[in-house]
Amino acid sequence: MGRYVIRRLLQFIPTVLGTMFLLHYITSLAIQFSGNPVRAIFGDRTPPPALLAAVTERLGYGDPCLDQKGNPCFGLFLDRMQKIFSLNPDFGVNLRLRPVTELVSDALPYTLKLLVIAILFQSIVGIAAGVWAGLRSGSFADNLVKISTVFLISVPIFVLGLVVREFVGVKFGNVLRGQEWIPEVISRGVFSPGFKPDYPLASLIIPGMVLGAVSLATTARLTRTSIMENLRADYVRTARAKGLANKRVIGVHTLRNSLIPVITFIGVDIGSSMAGAVVTETIFNVPGIGRLVTLAARTGESSVVIGVVTMLVLVVLIANLLVDILYAVLDPRIRYE
Amino acid sequence: MSDLTSAGTAIGGAPVGGDGPAPETPETGGKDHNASLWADARRQLVRDPVFMLSFLYVLVVGSMAAFPSLWTSQDPRACSTDRSRIPPSGDHPFGFDILGCDYYSHAIYGARPSMIIAIMATGAMVLIGGGLGLLAGYYGGWVDTIISRVMDIFLSLPFLLGAIVFLTVIKRQNPYTIAMVLFLLTWPVIARIIRGSVISGKDLDYVQAARAVGAGNGRLMFRHILPNAIAPMLVYATIVLGAFVAAEATLTFLGVGLQPPAQSWGIMISVHQVYFLEDPWLLLFPCGLLVGTVLSFILMGDALRDALDPKFR
Repeated sequence: MGRYVIRRLLQFIPTVLGTMFLLHYITSLAIQFSGNPVRAIFGDRTPPPALLAAVTERLGYGDPCLDQKGNPCFGLFLDRMQKIFSLNPDFGVNLRLRPVTELVSDALPYTLKLLVIAILFQSIVGIAAGVWAGLRSGSFADNLVKISTVFLISVPIFVLGLVVREFVGVKFGNVLRGQEWIPEVISRGVFSPGFKPDYPLASLIIPGMVLGAVSLATTARLTRTSIMENLRADYVRTARAKGLANKRVIGVHTLRNSLIPVITFIGVDIGSSMAGAVVTETIFNVPGIGRLVTLAARTGESSVVIGVVTMLVLVVLIANLLVDILYAVLDPRIRYE
Repeated sequence: MSDLTSAGTAIGGAPVGGDGPAPETPETGGKDHNASLWADARRQLVRDPVFMLSFLYVLVVGSMAAFPSLWTSQDPRACSTDRSRIPPSGDHPFGFDILGCDYYSHAIYGARPSMIIAIMATGAMVLIGGGLGLLAGYYGGWVDTIISRVMDIFLSLPFLLGAIVFLTVIKRQNPYTIAMVLFLLTWPVIARIIRGSVISGKDLDYVQAARAVGAGNGRLMFRHILPNAIAPMLVYATIVLGAFVAAEATLTFLGVGLQPPAQSWGIMISVHQVYFLEDPWLLLFPCGLLVGTVLSFILMGDALRDALDPKFR
């Protein structure tokens, strides 16, 4: 166990550096091929050269290697890494010189709440649906889950978000808001078409459910196949043969083993949930990290986009590492020694 | 547009034609089995109504993308603001958009960028990702170590986040840059699939036999190992086509994909999202086309997997 964790930690370092370098290299290439990104901020106007140079320098695009096409800019990369992995992590600044770390720490609570709601929704409903379908292979329940999850997977998250916002948030919400007897938390909080600062948690419930919806489909399918496979396993037959109650066979023997891949998936999925949060937060106007990224991308503030995404990627990598270690704890068969 | 039509036949047509692995069956020694895998798959797919329906839908969307003039004689750029948001009627089945342009022709012309991006990105992914996976699986050793580590690095960058960064910084958001970034961030998935099936296939008896009679590395890889590794890749490539269509629309919606004078379903959706309540059809038509396309690709992939995997028979 200990040796596995140490080995996994040692592998983690080159992966982090590699991913950081990849991110650095694709942004550098983009800058080298399309010119100074600072010009995007000025739109159609031509800035005075002195101003352009000053802003460029301040946002960290002043390095001459960014003018040479194909140059991997190792010096700049080392510089950035030193800034990121120092005691005061520095992920760059926005146009008003506010550090990205500060922007992110303001936005983080909303995104965290959103992610927690999404993961809860996805695991509770997804696992329940998967178990329900998996235990009754070929039945109506099975087909219902199978078909509805295919539909859920094929609806892009922004289409789902838009439709839910308009139908549930606006149309259905308006009906609720017209009724006197419904408490405001429900009519103006839960069923509001966007984030409301007055109801910081209630108005995040529906966006969180939209965010969890896509992974919910995968969770349900994974649970379903995993349960169906395990039901046929020898140890389940043994458990039945020695006369254990059905409840115990399903609840203890089958379910516990079937949930190992599901938990791994939910952990690894944090990465794509982060990306999904970009879409959901934009649609529901949640002032979290995702909306920060979209707004910065739309106004061309590339320094913010690069800084925030670098930070998110670090979070995703750490989450993946924790899942891997947890996996080894959960499943004694996985000990690469 | 020839690449589009050829890819269109490659999706549904490979099992139909069966011309991929058939010629090399004599050397592999599995003549009957190998020929019958693809023939069986074809027979099963033709009888599968879900596959045929989604295949038909993809053909329709593909022909919209390749020959939009077959479907509409209207010009999507002939706009007049006094017709803004007129509901659907006989002459204009989808009505008019906010700028008073014919919405139906916009929807038809909007199929092209999505399909071009999806096909270019998937094509590059299959060629380069598949090639690297083949090399890693066949040679093993340090080649495998290097390629696998690089794949790990690419895979740990969440694809939407990476695409947003790249497209924000590059500012030239056209189908080529979008396809390039989609390919760049997803190629390791195909490479992993191919690597896995090559590793499991390279020590089989017929490969050893071919090596014993003096077949070179290239011949072994392309005539003996690859044909048997291609089925899972075909399945994944079909599904990924749908995923890329959705990804293009998502990036466009976020404002880092195609930009408004261009025509695409993503633009139709993002421009008209605020009019949903007054004129829901402005959103329902493009959303329906988009979801239908993604769904068709996923269902086709599922059907292909069932047909090509002997375990499911």
